[in-house]
Amino acid sequence: MLRIDKEACIGCGLCEQNCAFGAITVVDGTARVGDNCTLCGTCVDNCEVGALSIEREQKEKGDFGDWSGVWVFAEFRHGRIAPVSFELLGIGRKLADKRGVKLAAVLLGNGLGDAPRKLVGYGADRVYVAEGPALAHFTDDVYGNVLADLVREHKPEIVLAGATAIGRSFIPRVATILGTGLTADCTDLDIRAEDGALLQTRPAFGGNIMATIVCPHTRPQMSTVRPMVMKPNGFDPSRQGEIIAVTPAPERLASRVKVLRSVAEKGEQVNLTEADVVVAGGRGLGDPKGFDLVRELADVLGGAVAASRAAVDSGWIPYPHQVGQTGKTVCPKLYITCGISGAIQHVVGMRSSDTIVAINKDPEAPIFDVATYGLVGDLFEILPKLIATMREKRA
Amino acid sequence: MSMKILVCIKQVPDAKDVRLDPVTNTMARDGVQSIMNPYDRHALEEAVRLKEAHGGSVTVLSMGPPQTEATLRDAISCGADEAVLVSDRAFAGADTWATTYTLAKAIEKVGGCDLILCGKQAIDGDTAQVGPGLAERLSLPYITCVRKVTGCEPGLIRVERLMDDGYDEVELPLPALLTVVKEINEPRIPSLKGKMRAKSAKIVTLTAEAIGADPAALGLKGSTTQVVRVFSPEARGAREMLTGTVDEQVAQLVVRLEKIL
Ligand SMILES: Cc1cc2nc3c(=O)[nH]c(=O)nc-3n(C[C@H](O)[C@H](O)[C@H](O)COP(=O)(O)OP(=O)(O)OC[C@H]3O[C@@H](n4cnc5c(N)ncnc54)[C@H](O)[C@@H]3O)c2cc1C
Ligand SMILES: Nc1ncnc2c1ncn2[C@@H]1O[C@H](COP(=O)(O)O)[C@@H](O)[C@H]1O
Repeated sequence: MLRIDKEACIGCGLCEQNCAFGAITVVDGTARVGDNCTLCGTCVDNCEVGALSIEREQKEKGDFGDWSGVWVFAEFRHGRIAPVSFELLGIGRKLADKRGVKLAAVLLGNGLGDAPRKLVGYGADRVYVAEGPALAHFTDDVYGNVLADLVREHKPEIVLAGATAIGRSFIPRVATILGTGLTADCTDLDIRAEDGALLQTRPAFGGNIMATIVCPHTRPQMSTVRPMVMKPNGFDPSRQGEIIAVTPAPERLASRVKVLRSVAEKGEQVNLTEADVVVAGGRGLGDPKGFDLVRELADVLGGAVAASRAAVDSGWIPYPHQVGQTGKTVCPKLYITCGISGAIQHVVGMRSSDTIVAINKDPEAPIFDVATYGLVGDLFEILPKLIATMREKRA
Repeated sequence: MSMKILVCIKQVPDAKDVRLDPVTNTMARDGVQSIMNPYDRHALEEAVRLKEAHGGSVTVLSMGPPQTEATLRDAISCGADEAVLVSDRAFAGADTWATTYTLAKAIEKVGGCDLILCGKQAIDGDTAQVGPGLAERLSLPYITCVRKVTGCEPGLIRVERLMDDGYDEVELPLPALLTVVKEINEPRIPSLKGKMRAKSAKIVTLTAEAIGADPAALGLKGSTTQVVRVFSPEARGAREMLTGTVDEQVAQLVVRLEKIL
């Protein structure tokens, strides 16, 4: 329940303004809560006179003594380790060192080659490896069974996975099996000094607000972590670590789902979410040929091509390239927009990029509000020059 | 073949209206509208198309405050046959763990179905956890991020799921749960007849007691996660507008890009 201290409330209306759900109204100088309160807590944090509080029943703090260690799910698909796995080892290493515990990776798949060694080189003290044909293709049930069983057996206090298509699909099942909390798509992780709890920070409302979340009563503490946010440590070939082969029980390897084919889309369809540089085109390109300029710049910079929904809807480029609320979320080092107005639905998908360059002929275009560098002008003049100069510099 | 399809729908504040003022740290919500979660509209559309192709019925289900009824009526106008609202003060503050518990209880109460469809994620929390969590609670096989249904036969469905580096085509037995991405279809505009039907349709409302839920597992109390702080994202560093002729602007930009590439 949201409690309002009628004595303390001064009826300033800050909470009313603050509530995304329109659940608070000030009546006769005091705040009142409606039925649609979701107890999100925003108003409590914002009340300047401390009149609002959320009543929580004090639960017994569980005894988490036997839960120790940080784990990372290492994603392996189509013959390679997903780069996010190295990023997870980077942040996982930091968390493990802060807690004074070991860092382990869990690797599932078939034909893994030297992948376990690689994970050690990137920071894992231990790698649990389950290999075999039943794990060749990702299926939610089998991957979930194997990971959940390992967690039950070894009791790590923290389990991290990439907020990728795979991680966001099967990790919620693992958390449900284990009866513990899961925080999606985190962009920051830290250890709370007082009690060693994992502080999980993530964007909500399409990146318009940030929330820090804890998992107080259950273990492990689980998060999926947004790719391209955490920094991997460098690869150290001399690092030592234990590689432990795991043999899951046959019935845990039986999937109800049959994978008929698994298609990696090559070439132009570079994995947008993993690219360091992204060049994005919008309606300002005028026609599908306009994208040739965008592609050329992306090629010169070794980047990937993205698009606004307007460009995708016009049929100039396929949907997998769409960035935004209804497309992908990206946060590359460099995001260059060409002829994109900067509608909020596009911006939420790219606003966390390190550097944003906007090229638009309209000086009032909202894209300039989020840009690091803005160029006002005709993209058909700017892009060819930019491409030529960059090509020269990089040659 | 006749399929009983259930679609989970959430009412959400329209994301583009919600933001925190970075200076005052207060939320600007002038005229925040409540809408049907956009992904769920695609789930509903797919359900209605499957019903039209194979026969059966579409039930929409939502957990939310009383005004969620408007969103459920919207769903009926777009082709749903029945709507169930699971509503109780006790549900407030539910995280995905408590939400999947409540939805699973409600689905058991309304009776089984052949297929459950969810949106990929809700645009308020953006967690994408409710679909998979719900499937596990109901012991159903599931597939997330479905972009196409490629086949549907008695007891079996074939779909394409979007992956980061391409797509997978998979087959799974029914009953099952799918979460869908927007690419799957173009939702229809409600027909006049649909709107008329929506006006008079009866919406079943279930309380915590009616679904036989354990009060300790609901809402804030039943949640495994706890929000300890809400704040606005860091404001970006001041932008720099490059000036001069096209050549001058490009030259300035190149200098800056060289530093970061
Ligand atoms: C529910 C919902 C979800 C959505 N999801 C997304 C999403 O995921 N991603 C997304 O991108 N959009 C999304 N949209 C659409 C979004 O609102 C905008 O309509 C879209 O982003 C606009 O694309 P645009 O910037 O390319 O086109 P426009 O808004 O038409 O902008 C074109 C820009 O190009 C500039 N321009 C034109 N010619 C030139 C030139 N020669 N040189 C330089 N500049 C030029 C113009 O000044 C203009 O600013 C969504 C909308 C809704 C309602
Ligand atoms: N309160 C709710 N009532 C009904 N369905 C919901 C609710 N919350 C989430 N869902 C469903 O679960 C999907 C994913 O939501 P989320 O995990 O919150 O991002 C949504 O697209 C809905 O289909």
